[in-house]
Amino acid sequence: MRFSIYRYNPEADEKPRLQSYDIALEPTDRMLLDALVRIKARDDTLSFRRSCREGVCGSDAMNINGKNGLACVTRIADLKEPVEIRPLPGLPVVRDLIVDMSQFFKQYHSVKPYLVNNEPPPEKERLQSPEDREELDGLYECILCACCSTSCPSFWWNPDKFVGPAGLLQAYRFIADTRDQATNERLDDLEDPYRLFRCHSIMNCVEVCPKGLNPTRAIGKIKDLLVKRTV
Amino acid sequence: MALPVRTFDAVIVGGGGSGMRAALELARADLKVAVLSKVFPTRSHTVAAQGGVAASLGNIDEDNWHWHMYDTIKGSDYLGDQDAIEFMCRKANEVVYELEHFGMPFDRLAGGKIYQRPFGGHMREYGKSPVPRACAAADRTGHALLHTLYQANLKARTQFFVEWMALDLIRAQDGTVLGVTALEMETGEVMVLQAKATVFATGGAGRIFAASTNAFINTGDGLGMAARAGIPLQDLEFWQFHPTGVAGAGVLITEGVRGEGGYLLNKNGERFMERYAPNAKDLASRDVVSRAMATEIKEGRGAGKDGDCILLKLDHLGEEVISKRLPGIREIAKTFANVDPVKDPIPVVPTCHYQMGGIPTNYRGQVVVPANGNPETVVPGFYAAGECACVSVHGANRLGCNSLLDLLVFGKSAGETVIRDLRSEGKSHRSLPGDASDLALSRLARLDGQKSGERVADVGADMRRVMQLHCGVFRFPDLLTEGVRKIKEVAERAGRTEITDKSRTFNTARVEALELDNLVETAVASLVSADARKESRGSHDRADFHQRDDVNWMKHTLWYKQGSRLEYKPVHRKPLTVEPFEPKARVY
Repeated sequence: MRFSIYRYNPEADEKPRLQSYDIALEPTDRMLLDALVRIKARDDTLSFRRSCREGVCGSDAMNINGKNGLACVTRIADLKEPVEIRPLPGLPVVRDLIVDMSQFFKQYHSVKPYLVNNEPPPEKERLQSPEDREELDGLYECILCACCSTSCPSFWWNPDKFVGPAGLLQAYRFIADTRDQATNERLDDLEDPYRLFRCHSIMNCVEVCPKGLNPTRAIGKIKDLLVKRTV
Repeated sequence: MALPVRTFDAVIVGGGGSGMRAALELARADLKVAVLSKVFPTRSHTVAAQGGVAASLGNIDEDNWHWHMYDTIKGSDYLGDQDAIEFMCRKANEVVYELEHFGMPFDRLAGGKIYQRPFGGHMREYGKSPVPRACAAADRTGHALLHTLYQANLKARTQFFVEWMALDLIRAQDGTVLGVTALEMETGEVMVLQAKATVFATGGAGRIFAASTNAFINTGDGLGMAARAGIPLQDLEFWQFHPTGVAGAGVLITEGVRGEGGYLLNKNGERFMERYAPNAKDLASRDVVSRAMATEIKEGRGAGKDGDCILLKLDHLGEEVISKRLPGIREIAKTFANVDPVKDPIPVVPTCHYQMGGIPTNYRGQVVVPANGNPETVVPGFYAAGECACVSVHGANRLGCNSLLDLLVFGKSAGETVIRDLRSEGKSHRSLPGDASDLALSRLARLDGQKSGERVADVGADMRRVMQLHCGVFRFPDLLTEGVRKIKEVAERAGRTEITDKSRTFNTARVEALELDNLVETAVASLVSADARKESRGSHDRADFHQRDDVNWMKHTLWYKQGSRLEYKPVHRKPLTVEPFEPKARVY
């Protein structure tokens, strides 16, 4: 099978290039990550991140035939040859398929993604009804792979000012949590022409999310809450 | 060559569940702490845990820590230390409630309390019938837990060193641990991280097996570093084979499937666990279920076109329960097994999952080694928690959901001990020995200078094949002895590998070669320890010694790298406050 893979080593290369690999796959190689591991066994200079190989750690996000996805849950059989693999778009490339994710995490951190509740905790668990807990479904499952934010044109243009879909999904995860008491502060923080309102509902994020999550819907709910707050 | 040195009160190596729980404890004490992680912390393997965390909250049925303690001791096949097990089971409710207070999105019961489901080996009234003890967030408990701990650490302003790999321990002449050498992967820079307390939370080495539920990063780095620094490794003959890894892919399918009412079938459609464990059936301990499955396959009752797997049926639970309680499993089954479990059973096989052994510690998280006639002398400055540590609460077989509990309880406990030890010590750092970085630098220099040699990938593949063939669910004397010879050969070859990539920037070839050094230490320890243990206990099942032998073998193994030597030390049979649980025949 033929692959065309983005290569760049800042120590050796003046500029990036695409390198072709022809490799014979085994019947057990079902996912793109299996193929990449096989390529690396032959050419150990190819660098990429990977860990859980089951789509839950979020390490191996990359751009596969023009679309962001996780190599470990992308079936080889579904890919058109030559399979063109590039690093996630819009973030600085450290080397080969490894991008510098600092800006992505900075935005995630900026929404204060942790529970704020200043009441002394009870002796046992805080109670939460199953219905209230259900509000967190589709939010807490995010694996921070960055497929969504790096497919978002608004994030490409303003990665320093726009929180991006991943960060906003997590902002809403805490707004939606009945145990959290900082909704107003969270909304204040997002009421900003860039941080929230750069989202123009292009919905690339929804299209690429390997966990089937919907950041656009969460962003819409934050916007609704802001409107409700003013009336 | 003198390396740059950075100093901290404490260095935690590993950003998974136990490392982050320890970090959270230290963050409250106004100490200068560094947490090193090979991957961004939420990518640590804790993230893949599915079914739940065990605690006798009793939210659905009556439950208490005494029953949990009994189950854990019985599950360990009486190799677990009863003081540590009591400590863990008594602390369980507290650490689970804390986690909820941090923001963990547990599933809920109608009244608002944390949802609990039954799990293998967790019973009421000392083994009578299954009790719901697994506190769950759907089938993504590890993911929810790890992200919650990361978020709590963000709030506490913990300092993370992301994508840093620790290379070797630094010890003073008297054995005191003074920190680690570490590699910053992005730049290729090597540094000394000097600390008054060094906490290993590096996880397991499940990648020594060919069929494994474990992530690529689970390479036993802490065990390798400890072994090279003269610390023995404990009970590494005990590896847990999880009954339900997706056949061929190895990906985990939680025991929670059986907790919710799923069960196993052989090719005749027979619910065979009824024959092996008439009371607990599919919710017997993992070693028992894995052996039953392997027996069914061996005796020609395996399913699939090659008769080499077992079927996990859950369609009778209905789409609603599956979508609500087991959504991740449905996704995994579709992706990796091409089946929708709402309609069809999932083909599964026993798959290496968890390392019961590790770096010997006590329940305070201190690393302990034999010295001056005391089998448990504290190594000053050195702590370990989570899967890399052997406390030992899991003994010869771990119960499901006790791993997340272990990392919470002992991550916290190690953090508390570090605080206590640092308060009682002076403020100044001891000076580093002249050879502090020699070991790490010589390993790196060897890789840089090696101009010909075998590929890391080839040696690694041979290691996994040897372990799979010689140290699996069933163990045979000839295979074990031959396995020891073979794995020692592999270990030697690991010292002669060549990487063609000599660059500095994010050199993953170098990282993989360094990881192989750690993997082979664990693999050799496992086979040598397994070959020597002449009995069957928990996950260690020998064809030539079919019974548990409490007279000669109720003791912990200690393997030393130097000379590949074995020692033994007694099991703690006395709990902290209650009467000991005396060993008896283990039936489910």
